[in-house]
Amino acid sequence: MQDLPDPRTLLAPDRADGSIYSDPDLYDMEMDRIFMHNWIWVAHRSEIPEPGDFITTFVGPHPVIVCRDRQGVVHVMLNRCRHRAATVCELRRGKTASFVCPYHGWAYGLDGTLRGVPHQEGYSGHLDKSSLPLVNLRVEEYNGLVFATFDETIPSLDSWLGRAKPWIDLFMKQGAGWPVKTMGEHKFTFPGNWKIQLENTTDAYHFPIVHKSFLDSVDQETQDTLNFVGGKGFVEDLGNGHSVMVMIPELVDLDENLDAPIPERFAELAAGLSKDYPSEKVRQIIRAVGGSGFNLNLFPNLACSMAFFRVLRPLSATSTEIRHIAIGMDGGPDVANQARLRLHEHFQGPMGFGTPDDAEAWDRVQRGSLAGKNIDILLNRGLGHEARRPDGNLYSDVSAETGMRAAYRQWLVAMTDKAFPAEGEGA
Amino acid sequence: MSITLQDAVALIALEADLLDHGAFRDWLTLYTSDGRYVVPIDPDVEDFESVLNYAYDDAAMREKRVERLLGGRSISAAPPARTVRLLSRYRMLETTDATCTLRCAQHLMELRQGRQRDYAANVTYRLKNTDGGLKIDLKVIRLLTATEALTAVSYIL
Ligand code: FES
Ligand SMILES: [Fe+2]
Repeated sequence: MQDLPDPRTLLAPDRADGSIYSDPDLYDMEMDRIFMHNWIWVAHRSEIPEPGDFITTFVGPHPVIVCRDRQGVVHVMLNRCRHRAATVCELRRGKTASFVCPYHGWAYGLDGTLRGVPHQEGYSGHLDKSSLPLVNLRVEEYNGLVFATFDETIPSLDSWLGRAKPWIDLFMKQGAGWPVKTMGEHKFTFPGNWKIQLENTTDAYHFPIVHKSFLDSVDQETQDTLNFVGGKGFVEDLGNGHSVMVMIPELVDLDENLDAPIPERFAELAAGLSKDYPSEKVRQIIRAVGGSGFNLNLFPNLACSMAFFRVLRPLSATSTEIRHIAIGMDGGPDVANQARLRLHEHFQGPMGFGTPDDAEAWDRVQRGSLAGKNIDILLNRGLGHEARRPDGNLYSDVSAETGMRAAYRQWLVAMTDKAFPAEGEGA
Repeated sequence: MSITLQDAVALIALEADLLDHGAFRDWLTLYTSDGRYVVPIDPDVEDFESVLNYAYDDAAMREKRVERLLGGRSISAAPPARTVRLLSRYRMLETTDATCTLRCAQHLMELRQGRQRDYAANVTYRLKNTDGGLKIDLKVIRLLTATEALTAVSYIL
């Protein structure tokens, strides 16, 4: 048997070895130790609002069905028939009363219970249906975010999210008083390792360089707002690999600063909304439409990124799928949600003015990382002036690589020791 | 007299040629001032404004897209991918002397960074007679792979 790579030799607090982006053995370890033993984000509540609603997605490489049962309980079940393993559902989303395997017709309830087996007499009493439900993962939810894990022993989602929770709450203020709902997604792949994307959502440093052509396409006021490198923002390590990068401090709490002037680009939208809403509400909606001023990175696969969810799915050591899920106000004014959709289209997705340039940069990281051997990836930006908050969180300036260091620290914990420490324990 | 298939095809063949040869500013002039260039995600959607698309460009966004391709400040479009597209299977769905709707197939090959990719699409055009001649009022590109994971498309379909 071949020796597994030793992750401890690949990572130091301020750098990583380039092979972490391409070693297939390391990738297999990640799929097991990270994606089977941590909380993995699978859905937003609004994707399955009613009993019988389901979506299909993945936990690491494992296809799953996320489904709301008749009692309203959310189940995350392996999309694998207990007979001879066929996927029982290939629809992206839908509504159903049961899942019937297309191969021999085994039928499962919304909670995965095996209900019906055609010609069961052929088993002459040797089939215990109650022992063969679709395999259910452990499921927990926080503020609309649904997570699942294979691991029955890890601490609760609540303790896993820990100090990231207040930031999730802040992010959800984009509902402007209404619940947040998803509004479609851009899905694309890039030929590179998933950790390159993980790093990027906590990388403010690249923004004015990679996104020049996006910045060219917006008005001066927006350019000024997005001119945050060197500004008052910060990156903060929230523990368990999570981090927040605050780019625009004025847009952290969208319910505050409601008397701030309405940006010129939203003047027309505000005028339209004023016909139906009082001025205070109009301001709240406008601030929500503009999105939050921070990226919250939740290890390992979700980011609540300014105005959308970024979800990554590793496909192989050198290929990654990214989804940029648009969000809006569930019950909010159509014109405001449409404004959000247009903003999303402007930057995000394979034909946006931002994403293709990001994807090009990640593609180049992957290709460049294959040059030579034993050459480090640097993760030391902002380390010199990194400090600790009273609550213990490490923080540094907005363009620091503090968030990447946080993620890699957790990566190493997960890769070398399957448990993460409960809040208050460990370092 | 109704707009003929021949006139309609001449216009969209011109569009294809301009796009494949990087004549993006000329391309802008082919559209009506409130015309739209749309690349939807959902194969069945008609009300593009209410849903998320890959692109939903009015005149201002088309102009910005062209500036991005020509400006040399976008790493994914400096230089833009080279493309060759074939249009065929034309069918006039309706035509009057003022407007017509034509549907066709497009097969586009892209080359960038040594990688060749291809995209098949059903394309629907609404063309309009104006004082400046026949113009594109709506172009809807329904990619065969619209609901799949795409890769970056830093050019105009
Ligand atoms: S594999 Fe599903 S019923 Fe046989
Ligand atoms: Fe970016």
